[in-house]
Amino acid sequence: MSTMTEPASAKTSRYHIEERARFRPGDLLRHWEALLLALLAVVCLVNGVLQPNFFDPYNLADSTFNFSEKAMIALPMALLIVCREIDISVSAIIALSSVAMGLANQHGVPPVGLLAIGIAAGTACGLLNGVLVTRLGLPSIVVTIGSMSLFRGLASVVLGDQAFTSYPEALGDWGQGYFFDVIPRPFVVWLLAAALFALALHGTRWGRRIYAIGNNPVAARFSGIAVDRYRLALFVLTGAMSGLAGFFLTGRIGSTRPNIAMGWELEIITVVILGGVSIAGGTGTIGGVMLSVLIMGMVTYGLALANIPGIIMTIVVGALLLATIAVPRLLGGKNGKRTAGH
Amino acid sequence: MALISSASLMSRASRSASAGIGAGVFLRQREPLLAALTVVLILLVGLRAPVFLSAQSMDNLLTDSAVTIMLALTQMLVILTRGIDLSVASNLALSGMMSALLAMHFPQLPIGLVIAAALCIGLALGLINGWLIGYLALPPIVVTLGSMSVYRGMVFVLSGGAWVSSRNMPVDFIAFPLARLGGMTHLVWLAALAILALWFVARHTRFGRDLYAIGNDPAAAAYVGIAAPRRLLWTYGLSGAMAGLCGYLWVARYAVAYTEIAYGFELTVIAACVIGGISIAGGVGNVSGAVLGALFLSVINNALPIMRISPFWQSALTGLVILCAVVVNARGGKGRRKQILPLHGQPASTPRNSA
Repeated sequence: MSTMTEPASAKTSRYHIEERARFRPGDLLRHWEALLLALLAVVCLVNGVLQPNFFDPYNLADSTFNFSEKAMIALPMALLIVCREIDISVSAIIALSSVAMGLANQHGVPPVGLLAIGIAAGTACGLLNGVLVTRLGLPSIVVTIGSMSLFRGLASVVLGDQAFTSYPEALGDWGQGYFFDVIPRPFVVWLLAAALFALALHGTRWGRRIYAIGNNPVAARFSGIAVDRYRLALFVLTGAMSGLAGFFLTGRIGSTRPNIAMGWELEIITVVILGGVSIAGGTGTIGGVMLSVLIMGMVTYGLALANIPGIIMTIVVGALLLATIAVPRLLGGKNGKRTAGH
Repeated sequence: MALISSASLMSRASRSASAGIGAGVFLRQREPLLAALTVVLILLVGLRAPVFLSAQSMDNLLTDSAVTIMLALTQMLVILTRGIDLSVASNLALSGMMSALLAMHFPQLPIGLVIAAALCIGLALGLINGWLIGYLALPPIVVTLGSMSVYRGMVFVLSGGAWVSSRNMPVDFIAFPLARLGGMTHLVWLAALAILALWFVARHTRFGRDLYAIGNDPAAAAYVGIAAPRRLLWTYGLSGAMAGLCGYLWVARYAVAYTEIAYGFELTVIAACVIGGISIAGGVGNVSGAVLGALFLSVINNALPIMRISPFWQSALTGLVILCAVVVNARGGKGRRKQILPLHGQPASTPRNSA
């Protein structure tokens, strides 16, 4: 529960190793990132042994295309969940921003304009979510279930049974192009975004306050944090990142269809929770989320190389998610009971 | 604490007894308002397209809404405990697929046995959720998110990705849901039975009252001695069993079983509960709300094609309705938790009780 939440000025007990209790296997699980790193190594090793082509650099680079867009949204989603909120509507925001780009493209807007429109559409959607959650005090899961239906519905109303295609070359260059002919562009963008998010969450007062809100919103409010403003900002940020992901996804697949990014919201939330972000709020790191994104990516890639259908992946992901939350609880025994969750 | 709550209960009871007939109070309550809205909606659609009001169309409407109603009922119990069950649609698909495979490989099995099998499969899947949530005290949203993926994937594994179509299913397997008894389809009868049973469970059993208590305040519920783990186990078990039954009904009604059946349906069911005024924060909601919410969604879905509105509007309208419903519910519920006893010298606002 408390990997990152000690106050910065704690110079009393935290670093006194000799005062620590005896080693228990459960303690290792507290360091979620270490565990994830080990898991990533195991996944890569097993794949590398079983699949001779796994470590081929071109294959590895190409495999990142499959998860870069989801990974972009996982970053703000992690912040939202740390803050005790959630956004189910992200994939619908992708659909709507992709439709907005398609419409703009039909009216001859240049690629840069398309990027701006995609992000703007996403931001507007996020703003709607944020306003409903903060101004009216509604639970975010209900609001975003509703807005998911609304955004996805608006997208399919505009599209009908058509699809937007014939996007300009430049979109494809960004969606499925490379830097220096090796490194996929969406992956680089994701890494940059992750660096920014890590800096914001772990290096600034703004980030510390998000943890504070997640740990105890009421106490955070009493200590003078404008809790609602932070929540609103995070929803807007999630919307904007979804719009950005929509830009890359549209560029990669070169078309906008009503079922674009269907079901991604739950995959993204799964990745974030696997990354060690507690659904009860207040814990989690960007590093953990990045590692879990890579683990998922490598497992998917390994399964694809082995010609195993993608839906098997959903079993693996689901089981992994259940195991990651159940195992620490089983190892931790009774003392950790009933502290989290409710 | 007990004193205050019993006093407030008594004052609530006396107040509602004295003011129970006033039309204002009547309309300020959520369920009558929602019922009135549904009727008005049906009449409005009927005004534009009189065929909507025909007996056959109403019969269709009820038959279509049966599965949503049944799932919303048990989802309501889950939400009452501050939980959520995202795995119902996957559970439905898995038990539906398994019952279809069962019927395919053993066509001579009596239909009752197939239905019981589907029910038991669903129950088992639900109990897994319930054990993880109740006894390991894991957050419901994460557990059911995980089991949702696992169950959905298992449909694929079991079926090998193939479809089980009407050619592979025995005749009475397909015929049961739409067969008629006294003018109504079996689906409608089952839904009615489920409504009665769940109403009884929620209002007249200790199990049901305990769920409200857990949802209102888990800590207090634990202090009064409610065994929350066991209650949660069976709540999710019940939700799973209902999903199992609906799995058979769904597969048999549409006479096809494949991996993606009812994909995303869990959100429709939760939406029905939200529209019916069941608070996601737990402890607030009742059977009539869940039924009316599910009916309202079904009316919208059935009215669109009759009104010649493009079916693409369906999702957008549903979303709009959900958002409006939560906004209205939030407005109505303002101050509900703040004031327990009426203030001196002013008539108390009517705090709505959970049931």
